[in-house]
Amino acid sequence: MWYLCVFYHRLLDYRKPEVESLAHLFGAFEDEQNGDVPSQLQWKLPIHHHPDSPFHFVNLPSEQVARSIANRSILVKGMYELWGEGGSYEELKDSVLSYPDERKLPYLEAGSTFKITVDSFGKVMSLNEQKELIQGLAYIPFKGQVKLKNPDHNFWLIEIDNYGRNNGLPPIVQRRIFFGREVGGADRKLIPTYQLKSRTYLGPTAMDAEMAFLMANQALATSGKLIYDPFVGTGSILVGAAHFGALTMGADIDIRVVRDGRGPNCNVWSNFEQYGLPMPVGLLRADNNRPPWRSGLKEIFDAIICDPPYGVRAGGRKSGGRKLLKGAVEPYVVPEDKRTDHIPSTAPYSLVECVHDLLDLAAKMLAMRGRLVFFYPVLRDDDCAETHFPEHPCFKLISSSEQILSSRYSRVLLTMVKVGAYTKEIAEAARLKHLEFRENHVKWLQDGNLHSAVFSPIDAQLPEAGDSKFIKDPKPKYRGKYV
Amino acid sequence: MRLLTHNMLSSNIKGVEKGFPLRIEAEKVVEKPVEMNADFLRKMFEKVEWKAFLEASRSMGYAQLPEEVDSGMLESDEFLSRFHHALLELHLEEGALVCPETGRRFPVNKGIPNMLLHEDEV
Repeated sequence: MWYLCVFYHRLLDYRKPEVESLAHLFGAFEDEQNGDVPSQLQWKLPIHHHPDSPFHFVNLPSEQVARSIANRSILVKGMYELWGEGGSYEELKDSVLSYPDERKLPYLEAGSTFKITVDSFGKVMSLNEQKELIQGLAYIPFKGQVKLKNPDHNFWLIEIDNYGRNNGLPPIVQRRIFFGREVGGADRKLIPTYQLKSRTYLGPTAMDAEMAFLMANQALATSGKLIYDPFVGTGSILVGAAHFGALTMGADIDIRVVRDGRGPNCNVWSNFEQYGLPMPVGLLRADNNRPPWRSGLKEIFDAIICDPPYGVRAGGRKSGGRKLLKGAVEPYVVPEDKRTDHIPSTAPYSLVECVHDLLDLAAKMLAMRGRLVFFYPVLRDDDCAETHFPEHPCFKLISSSEQILSSRYSRVLLTMVKVGAYTKEIAEAARLKHLEFRENHVKWLQDGNLHSAVFSPIDAQLPEAGDSKFIKDPKPKYRGKYV
Repeated sequence: MRLLTHNMLSSNIKGVEKGFPLRIEAEKVVEKPVEMNADFLRKMFEKVEWKAFLEASRSMGYAQLPEEVDSGMLESDEFLSRFHHALLELHLEEGALVCPETGRRFPVNKGIPNMLLHEDEV
């Protein structure tokens, strides 16, 4: 059955993938195990609408699935059984009247309670206008009682006007009016509850609550699943997964972050305690470049979610020491009496190597059909039209959602599903690549240094002058902003 | 550190062939109640190296686990609750994990095992 899916007008790239993921979580695809290619939902747009529009139609197997998706989602404002739509109120009336009575009457019965909400996109309507519009619906035989708090049935009249410009959408969008029965909607109270400014323990790159929930949804976090973050930091990503009932585990190379925090009541543990969430089942200090997992351990995590350090706001570190990896010095032999308190030196960890290690770890440690969800940075002035995302024989990329961070770069949330087993050949190739990274440490660090690409002055980057690259802008801005 | 984590870790010092299981030196063990999830326990049962797990639970002062196990025992509530207790509720708060081959101590402070290697071990 087709439902009207109305999104919040933000994080446009993230909206459909979230609904797709939740559809998997709530069992919309029963035959999923058979095919190699993960199933996808069918989508439609209202007439004359642009893909960036908040209004979409989605085909879902049942109202129960639609409700579960909408209630769990972060970006779905509401999911509605559409009773009618049109370009004018006359068209809407004809459309509602022709909608089959057997679909309508059960929700209009005497003894039930209902509420009609008038909503609009890109304009404000006064209370009087709203009242008039509601009275204009008299052709629908409502028999129930009006109740504004917790009614049995919620009806919505939603209007989007044809302002041409300036209503936050491309001009192609034309006036459209929808009337429908609400099936479910996002719990947006979650985000103020978990917002970072009320979080006790924060780091410089703590993930904001909305994004952490989106990542948890992409990872299909739910009760009984084990979810791992190899760059856990203050735990901000795992908080989202724990909220949805998953058991969490995290590692970080910086022991001060995971062990000490800022005192006994301000550390990773307290970030979970604050919201009454179950504590992570494991936190440890480990190097993603040399993970301490026992050999033979595999397919234990249901999902891996992380924001790898890509060297723009915070750089990654790995064991080894700068000079040691350059080959300038021999390994420092730690004297016996200093071993206990010795702080091993670390070296910068290039993004390429970091992502290689992450994919290798995920290929081995994720259960089949398990998900790897992580952010990948992309320079926006790249001339090549198509961005190349990391690939791995065990994984299939199912969604990539861009969030623009500055005129120079954006981050893309990649969701990959494990579709192939971790074979001996793949393990051997990964081992050789690991050695290659070690031998050419300096070269890998210089290639793809994002920090300088993001922060160097424009002149140094563009000798031929002119800011043509900022004109070539694939993404439209709405009210001067990327959403 | 819970025994689930312990069961996953090994000493990955360069040249070490058999870094698992790490011997537990327990200085302070605490118990923290956790809600039981039978599905999760059944899934983890498949992944756990039982011998190492049994040994570890004993070094944490818990001796209620059977020597030999088979998946049929997962039907028993009593076994599940013991398995749950040992896997998730016992915490090594202070102590160390010792590499079985080299004797290298990986300290555990405030419940966090420090598995980072020294320069001459990578």
